[in-house]
Amino acid sequence: MKTLKTLYENIGLPRLIIALFFILLIVASIMLGFSPAALFSDVVRRWLMYGTLVLAMVPGIQSGIGLNFGISLGISSGLLGAVLAMEFAFVQDWNALYGAGSPWMTLGLALLLGVIFAAIVGTLYGMLLNRVKGSEMTVSTYVGFSIIAFMNIVWLSLSFKNGELSWPLQGQGLRNTASLSGSFGGLLSNPDVVQSTQPEWLHWLAFKVGDFTVPLGLILVFGFLCFLVWLFFRSKMGIAMSGAGENQLFTTSSGINVDRKRIQGTAISTVLGAVGIILYAQTYGFLQLYNAPLMMGFASVASILIGGATIRRAKISHVLIGTLLFQGILVTALPVVNEVVEIGTLPEVLRIIISNGIILYALSKTKGENQ
Amino acid sequence: MKQKTNVLNKLGSFLFDNKVMIAFAIICLAAIVLSGSPMTFIVDGVFTRITRNTFTVLALIIPVVAGLGLNFGIVIGAIAAQIAVFTVVYFGFEGFSGILLTVLIATPLAVLFGYLVGKLFNRMKGAEMIAGLILGYFADGLYQLLFLVVIGGIIPVNNPTLIISGGVGVKNTIDLTGNLKYAIDSVRMVDIVTVFFYAVLAITVIKGILHLAKKYKLNRGDLTLFVVSALIFGISYIPAVERFLSTDRLVLLDAFTAVLIVLAIFQIFKIIKSIGDKEPASALKKPILLLVFYGALFGLTFIPAIEEVMLFVKLPVLPFLLIAGLAWFNQKILSTRLGQNMRTVGQSLSVASASGINADQTRVLAMIISTVLASWGQIIFLQNIGTFSTYGAHTQIAQFAIAALLVGGASVQKATNKQAIIGVILFHTLFIVAPQAGKELFNNAQIGEYFRVFVSYGVIALSLAMHAWKKFRKDSPDGTGEIAALSGVTAKEPADGG
Amino acid sequence: MDNQYLLSMSNITKEYYGNRVLKNVNLNVKPGEIHALVGENGAGKSTLMNILFGMPVIFSTGGFEGQIYLGGEPTTIDSPHTAMDRGIGMVHQEFMLIPEFTVTENIKLGREIGEHNALSKIFGPLLDKMNWKQMSSDARKALDSIGMMNIEEYAKVAGMPIGYKQFVEIAREIDKTGIKLLVFDEPTAVLTESEADRLLEIMRIIANKGIAIIFITHRLTEVMAVADSMTILRDGEFVARKEVGETSLAEMAELMIGRQVEKLVDDDLLGERKLFDDRIALEFKDYYVDMPGERVRGMDVKIRTGEIFGFGGLAGQGKIGIANGIMGLYDTEGEVIAFGKTLDLSKLGEALRNGLAFVSEDRRGVGLLLGESIERNIIFSAMQINDQFLRRIGPMKILDKANADKHAKNMIRLLDIRCTGPSQVVGSLSGGNQQKVCLARALTMVPKILIVSEPTRGIDIGAKKLVLEYLTKINRELGTTIVMISSELVELRSLCDRIAIVSEGKVFAIMKPDDPDAAYGLAMAGVREEVAS
Repeated sequence: MKTLKTLYENIGLPRLIIALFFILLIVASIMLGFSPAALFSDVVRRWLMYGTLVLAMVPGIQSGIGLNFGISLGISSGLLGAVLAMEFAFVQDWNALYGAGSPWMTLGLALLLGVIFAAIVGTLYGMLLNRVKGSEMTVSTYVGFSIIAFMNIVWLSLSFKNGELSWPLQGQGLRNTASLSGSFGGLLSNPDVVQSTQPEWLHWLAFKVGDFTVPLGLILVFGFLCFLVWLFFRSKMGIAMSGAGENQLFTTSSGINVDRKRIQGTAISTVLGAVGIILYAQTYGFLQLYNAPLMMGFASVASILIGGATIRRAKISHVLIGTLLFQGILVTALPVVNEVVEIGTLPEVLRIIISNGIILYALSKTKGENQ
Repeated sequence: MKQKTNVLNKLGSFLFDNKVMIAFAIICLAAIVLSGSPMTFIVDGVFTRITRNTFTVLALIIPVVAGLGLNFGIVIGAIAAQIAVFTVVYFGFEGFSGILLTVLIATPLAVLFGYLVGKLFNRMKGAEMIAGLILGYFADGLYQLLFLVVIGGIIPVNNPTLIISGGVGVKNTIDLTGNLKYAIDSVRMVDIVTVFFYAVLAITVIKGILHLAKKYKLNRGDLTLFVVSALIFGISYIPAVERFLSTDRLVLLDAFTAVLIVLAIFQIFKIIKSIGDKEPASALKKPILLLVFYGALFGLTFIPAIEEVMLFVKLPVLPFLLIAGLAWFNQKILSTRLGQNMRTVGQSLSVASASGINADQTRVLAMIISTVLASWGQIIFLQNIGTFSTYGAHTQIAQFAIAALLVGGASVQKATNKQAIIGVILFHTLFIVAPQAGKELFNNAQIGEYFRVFVSYGVIALSLAMHAWKKFRKDSPDGTGEIAALSGVTAKEPADGG
Repeated sequence: MDNQYLLSMSNITKEYYGNRVLKNVNLNVKPGEIHALVGENGAGKSTLMNILFGMPVIFSTGGFEGQIYLGGEPTTIDSPHTAMDRGIGMVHQEFMLIPEFTVTENIKLGREIGEHNALSKIFGPLLDKMNWKQMSSDARKALDSIGMMNIEEYAKVAGMPIGYKQFVEIAREIDKTGIKLLVFDEPTAVLTESEADRLLEIMRIIANKGIAIIFITHRLTEVMAVADSMTILRDGEFVARKEVGETSLAEMAELMIGRQVEKLVDDDLLGERKLFDDRIALEFKDYYVDMPGERVRGMDVKIRTGEIFGFGGLAGQGKIGIANGIMGLYDTEGEVIAFGKTLDLSKLGEALRNGLAFVSEDRRGVGLLLGESIERNIIFSAMQINDQFLRRIGPMKILDKANADKHAKNMIRLLDIRCTGPSQVVGSLSGGNQQKVCLARALTMVPKILIVSEPTRGIDIGAKKLVLEYLTKINRELGTTIVMISSELVELRSLCDRIAIVSEGKVFAIMKPDDPDAAYGLAMAGVREEVAS
């Protein structure tokens, strides 16, 4: 009985509600006659699509900066890397030169540039956060908003030759959404893309088992990233970083520069954000510029909190569970809601309520627990 | 020599204290010049924006004073107003009585919401701003659920102009033309004067009765107020004056002149008083200088360019009176015991509690006041703009109001009426001219639009960061701040001395 | 009841969670007298005052036994508010002032004078308009009455000298109507000498108005200078009530410390060994630490290799700062020399890398990662500083789990840490076991010098003995030099070779464990021996 109670307390009411709601939605959608395979394919796809962005929360939380609403910095870095890589590939005409290798090179270049930008920006951002200790979350939210608004100006001022990126008939400005179909879109996750553009020996990257799509490439990449983060937090540096996040004085007295660990944590979080948005775009098939990433930080924060993290501690399992539950609900809710009430925007409303509700709950709950 | 350095020092500290405002003023000026828009257009636009937005910005001041920081939760006040507006429009009320009904519905809702928000903030001391921000989004979600699903879906509502054709959910925009549009703006001055007179009359009568019952002592101020209102009411029967007052808009030039006249009378009154009190001649210096200054200002209106602008712009009277009233209210409430308690709580929770002040209750009261004022502000905003964007009207309100306040030179810990008003003027000037300036500069109006959004986010980010930096340098590195506050972690066990 | 006394607290007994902190204590104060309340840290002064003020902490922990009489009448004081109503005021050690407010606003804090108006008649006094004129004149009067003509009532408190702030606090208490008894809690601790003299003068002025004063202090000379009578507490027990005229510094000191024969470590464990004055393990030269509340201000001391050296002294005098400075938690000045090498304390981890290890007095705040496992806590410092428990995989240094596990289990056995295993979260352990984890972490560093700060704070007597014995054991068996910082003299005197008494941030005296109690008492109070003799 007691263990059941502690189990319940560990899971927490909102998480329980969300999990039950998810199960309910799955049952409902199957009863409504949706194909379970297609549904689960979608859930898995969305899970992997958002996974890395949520993973990016872990180093931030562990290093003590709290919920990194400023992940928009990483997202912007990643997007900048991606558009530059695509433009470069277009100008150099990689498609003609390298054929099936071209999207790989574009993806690689995008990741490389994104990571470099993110590392620089993240370091600076970490330095800022060290100066505003105690108000990291409020400040990072608005720094995140500001950077998106700033990037809007950048997107609008860039003039690119690649027609997928820039507005047709206009010398200036990038599109709101740029299709990646001619580039690295779906390369790791879409069976159609893989089969049509890649040589046979790479067809294992994404394939179908009946109606169920297995995006094996993406699974491997995401799994590898999770493994890397897990390994990092078992390394000397990672352990020091966790210590810095948990108890500054303890860590300082063990001879560790807490501020430096926080900067590193922030930078790693930002880099993962950049990688995350590129993998997101890869899966989605489109690059979304301008205000699309504005609230992505909130979704990531909400996901990891649903997974069981607090504003001070987070684990890989929180990432996996949280993203699955959060995205799972959004994916399954759409068809079910459409079938029952025909309000197309309802899943969006649901997203707003769940994500902000869970953040609010986490903010109020952590306080309550310790009183 | 000493005098001179003193003046320089003063100037220096003035520039330093107002750096945000000055920087912003320079940006505004540059944008005005770049845009090349006519002044009539700009000034008219700015005054329209002042009418719409100042009330809400003023609603932010009390939470700042009470130590709750920038109230991102005013979204919830706006939501209360919008529920009321929808109800009133749905039941077909219109005009000024419609507005009164809206206020009547919105106020208790806002009181309830403000109370709940205050309670929540008391659980999250030290993290009110992030909590308020998230709470705003959360409330927006619930609001959408209400307007998209509950209305029509659960509560049957049959009104094809308001409801989406399927019968569930409210339409994206609700046209307020013919019901609430300009319902406050278009109140005639003569009506205001009349209502004012009768209100004062009623209050004076009540006070008189109390006086006779020996429960209250009528003082000179009460009588003066009555005499002045009676006088104005009497003057309004003079045909020329009546004609002038029977409009609802006031030409800016007239408004300006009227304000100058009132100010001048006030100063003359002061001079007479100080002569009567036989104060030294030096006491006269300031009022006389001010009189000269007012004269010079009035003289400026004869410059053709200024005169043109001032004759072009027409102000709705009642909204401006309401804004002035709120500024007055802010001032008054802060000079009461409640206001002093708020200031104390805002400075130090622990000292306040130790001095026997109920800090939690004071904070809740501050939130209720702010939420109610925000809801009224939203009503003024909606009736002026004339179309009610069901799902968008409230979403940016906290963002823009806070940015405006900060542009005026306010901070997380200090905000005044003056800063609010200057902030509104500067911030909205930029809003009006930025697209045109962007077009002239980059040949792209959109850049200007994005720039103003960037500025509004940026100024908040900057202000929050500066505040946090200051706070961090002042406090110990651990055991304060929002993460610590939310985790209930304090740096040290209480020392067990004694 | 004898009503020559304004306040009588009689037979006061208080328990916190089964722990008796006050046993049948009596406190009697006459009107208009200055009554000193004297005792070491933990003697029960704070608890007694908390009872007097009806603090919530008393009632949330089961109340107290005994009776309070005011003017001879039995009284119940159930909240600070009642205390205030009965005319009892307090001048806090940490000022209850708002720097951004004026002196008047601070003096009238929470007691503002309002004017009724029509609205406040309806909605209550919250809407009263503030009467600043009246309040300023009240403030002026209060300031004048304590002789503070030169503090302007309209000036902001921010930027005033500390002494002035204290006077503003006093003026606030004086301004309260019907104030009969004023408690001064260590008022001179933060003041400069001349300010302190001024304060004592003001206390006399106040007492002459007929207001009684309870003066809590550890500065015995100040007691001699200003108090009329005193009550001495020791370990929660009433020792004596004395008229100041009838006693001496030496007697006071002895009463404060008392006979302490209890030995916490068995003699046969201590044994005999030789220490050499020319073999120095650790030396401080003009050492300063900027730790708020525990500042070290110019310390010179040499600690011999193989010695167990104690730092004692009252709270706030700076002994706690010594170790925190070495560990890099606060800025330091001056030299710290370990085995002949001057440490560069601005570099984090410098002390650790040079063979020093540290067990913090603030177990939960500094000593532990409460949310992590026992194992992680034990190996943390050794891993970070000495690269122990790591395996190299390519460029990364990864935790060697098997090795760490083995070591943690070893330590658990060695120190008898009661737990379910090395993976148990430290936060769920008892205080004593947490302390052992702290010790295990320090020992994992295999230090040549071990600094332990308040090693027995908040742990039960059994665990206390065990920890002390273990410290002695590692000193004797491994030859580790031990620096022990403690507020408990008994504990220092049972195992240290020498004990430095720290007062006002400096070493006041270096004593032997068997020096007489009175000598310890005087040293703790910062009184030079020649004064006493």
